[in-house]
Amino acid sequence: MRRSLWEILNLRYPFILALILLILAIIINLSLQPNLLQREILNSNMRVFLPMILLAVGQSIVLLGGGIDISVGGIVSIVNAILATQVGLNGSPELMWKFVAVSLLVGIIAGVINGFFIAILRLQPIITTYATSFLYGGFALFILPQPGGGIPMDIANLYRNTMPFNLPLAFFILPLVLLAWWFITASRFGRYLFAVGGKPEAAYETAVPVTSVIFSTYVISGFMAALSGIAITMLTGSGNAEIGGLMTLTSITAAVVGGTAMSGGVGGVAGPMLGAITLGLLQNIISFSNINTWWQTFVNASIIVAALAAPGVIDLIGRRRS
Amino acid sequence: MRRFSISPPVAALFLAIVLFLLSGLLPQGFGNNPSVALAQATNILRLAVFVGVIAAGQTLVIISGREGIDLSAGSVVTLTAILTYVIVKGENHMVLIALVVALAAGAVVGFLNGAGITFLKVSPFVMTLGMAGVITGLIIIINHGNVSGKIAPIMTYIIARPLIGNIPGAIIIWILFGSLMWLLQERTSYGKKLFAIGVNRITARLSGVNVIGTNLLTYTLAGALAGFGGFLVVGNTGVVFIALGQPFLFPSIAAVAVGGTLLSGGKGSYWGTMAGAVVLTLITSLLTTMQMGEPVRRMVLGGTLLLLISIYGRQKGFRQ
Repeated sequence: MRRSLWEILNLRYPFILALILLILAIIINLSLQPNLLQREILNSNMRVFLPMILLAVGQSIVLLGGGIDISVGGIVSIVNAILATQVGLNGSPELMWKFVAVSLLVGIIAGVINGFFIAILRLQPIITTYATSFLYGGFALFILPQPGGGIPMDIANLYRNTMPFNLPLAFFILPLVLLAWWFITASRFGRYLFAVGGKPEAAYETAVPVTSVIFSTYVISGFMAALSGIAITMLTGSGNAEIGGLMTLTSITAAVVGGTAMSGGVGGVAGPMLGAITLGLLQNIISFSNINTWWQTFVNASIIVAALAAPGVIDLIGRRRS
Repeated sequence: MRRFSISPPVAALFLAIVLFLLSGLLPQGFGNNPSVALAQATNILRLAVFVGVIAAGQTLVIISGREGIDLSAGSVVTLTAILTYVIVKGENHMVLIALVVALAAGAVVGFLNGAGITFLKVSPFVMTLGMAGVITGLIIIINHGNVSGKIAPIMTYIIARPLIGNIPGAIIIWILFGSLMWLLQERTSYGKKLFAIGVNRITARLSGVNVIGTNLLTYTLAGALAGFGGFLVVGNTGVVFIALGQPFLFPSIAAVAVGGTLLSGGKGSYWGTMAGAVVLTLITSLLTTMQMGEPVRRMVLGGTLLLLISIYGRQKGFRQ
């Protein structure tokens, strides 16, 4: 079967559509908000986007392994609730870092629970993580029934205003994540991951440790969700047990816009990062473009649907031409 | 040795009965008063109708396979509830027209979902999720925060009030609806095709099934059924608001899973979904009777769901 140039490009670089969309979004955003690339504005945008970027990375690793993690929002909420109640507005930095470590551990444990049910008991990922999302969300609400509490101002500012070499903090975290991802894809685990996501039965028959690969994707996702929770807590400086609820579905959209297939085995981590930034910029564009408030939800959702449908449309046109 | 197995719909129904009997032992339960018990059982069934009907379309798309799922069901319910509310305006003779409009509006949304999924190859999860956003946006535009309308007395009479003896109309509608769904799945060629594409699309195509058409029809039907759900919901609540349908979305998916329909497609039944809807409603109302706080309620609901699917939602192991 002959493949069109677009298909070849897409196969080789799954993030290409996300990159095009991102460039488009930046251009449109720049025309509405000319100071977008000033370092203060850039920093304030990136610090808002970072939690979602981290979440989308974890989500896309699960998707690559052929699963889905609906509980990430719940994990974000737990971490936020833990930090806001245990550290408090007047906590010391040592206390904060101690509970950051606790949060990461909690994220990993949540991932282990997901992994146990999905990889070892072999339950269906979508309904399992949906059930655990209730467990985690309920637990977060149990720790912090009413919005309140928070972390010390100076620690929050550390996240908000640290700009090494005049660049936002995110510019250092993102390459780190990419570097880690590059390391993973080059490793045996990376190849296993794609094999398991593509066709688990075939992977099993060729002696890939399917169970432990699937298990580890959920642990990674839990860890990334905890990181995301820490970032969003430092961003807002306050506690709200419902904060993660809306982030789950956005993280999945970001991963798919970033070229990671829901059916597993296709995609990467760079695309979802760009996808998360694009979705964030889209919010920016809509709030800057003076669209009537009543129309904002509709416009936002329509653009997302159009972005999701774009590869299919290009594919259809390409097939008709050949 | 043959593995001990029990069909999920029966298991769910059994669980529902046991749970209900246990609930009688609670301090606020019905104790040993059969008439109170009957009234309570009727009420729980009545509440289960709405999740149950909305889960019908969900059952179809999930059976169709390829990660089939309909996340737009919640917003379709809100949309058609609002449409019904606005069209009926308290007039009995407008009810049928409103019902047709509700079904048609749902079908249009479902068709768009189906078109995106079959022709543009968008995955059902994100396609229907995006569509949910678009519909919510549409509702906000039409609605502008408030709508004027009213449901008709006949809707309240048929849906919310006892119709025959002490049995509310909603339950009778649900039983009829369930029978129709059974006919659709088991006695029509569409039903056969649905299961065929759910099991394996390639073999289905090679055996002469119109895979694209069947898939499109499935999503269209799912939309229309969610539309019917919206019509029933507004008949029961009598008021509309923007978040009316959303709380039904995930319970509708959970009901399908609890009822033993495989989320990977190709296997399942609407009877199971009905039993699943009853179990979920029962658990929720039990937790409310026990005056559990919201956090505990969520955790127990999540834990029960996890337990239920651990019992019979397991997929085949790799080692054969």
